[in-house]
Amino acid sequence: MVLSAADKSNVKAVFGKIGGQVEEYGAETLERMFITYPQTKTYFPHFDLGKGSAQVKGHGKKVAAALVEAANHIDDIAGALSKLSDLHAQKLRVDPVNFKLLGQCFLVVVAAHNPAVLTPEVHASLDKFLCAVGTVLTAKYR
Amino acid sequence: MVHWTAEEKQLITGLWGKVNVEECGAEALARLLIVYPWTQRFFDNFGNLSSPTAIIGNPKVRAHGKKVLTSFGEAIKNLDNLKGTYSKLSELHCDKLHVDPENFRLLGDILIVVLAAHFTKDFTPACQAVWQKLVGLVAHALARKYH
Repeated sequence: MVLSAADKSNVKAVFGKIGGQVEEYGAETLERMFITYPQTKTYFPHFDLGKGSAQVKGHGKKVAAALVEAANHIDDIAGALSKLSDLHAQKLRVDPVNFKLLGQCFLVVVAAHNPAVLTPEVHASLDKFLCAVGTVLTAKYR
Repeated sequence: MVHWTAEEKQLITGLWGKVNVEECGAEALARLLIVYPWTQRFFDNFGNLSSPTAIIGNPKVRAHGKKVLTSFGEAIKNLDNLKGTYSKLSELHCDKLHVDPENFRLLGDILIVVLAAHFTKDFTPACQAVWQKLVGLVAHALARKYH
């Protein structure tokens, strides 16, 4: 799966539109993921996952920052997320299926806050981008 | 045996009451064909699917989207018997249509995004969770008679 020039442009435009709210989006993405897919909570036994949790907010910020970094280096996502990829392979070892779940929740958050931005074409590009990020983060698993 | 709490049923029927089935169905199917283009393989006889604009404007896509979502409405009337509701459709999708059940999951995910875009902040996390549960169960019911 390859990101076309149009995909890259669409993704950059989405993150441009989201701007500084991306941190909130990250937190809401996690909140939705934990509620919709309770099995994802198993990776956070050390977190307070209650509503408004500071830990979830903080982690949401990190996740959002990684997505922004990938979008800003969209021609070389593997390079941009290389350290994160190592971390996920060696330490975190989150099962690959969960990246799809996170991606779905991020799409829902974008849709709920910015329906006008998420045209079908942009939806496609963003979905592809999120897949690409998941692929990079699990690339060194074995 | 599927279990729905009263609250879950309310989150489903409450939202469904505000859904324009024709518009929502058309949009969901169009987005499925656009976001996951390989799903177009089932619709060779639909005519022009050559671009997002063509897909969105395609009358067969609209009509079929409406049909699919109307069927969803039947499920919502029969939340306690999804297996029974989809039994014949499951056989049809296996024996005649030859649709990989993964496609039901893809459509379910697309429907969730469409609902989120339509209902924005009213599509709360609790709402999303219940609807994600529903689309998963519908996909499961549609795959049940596969052999």
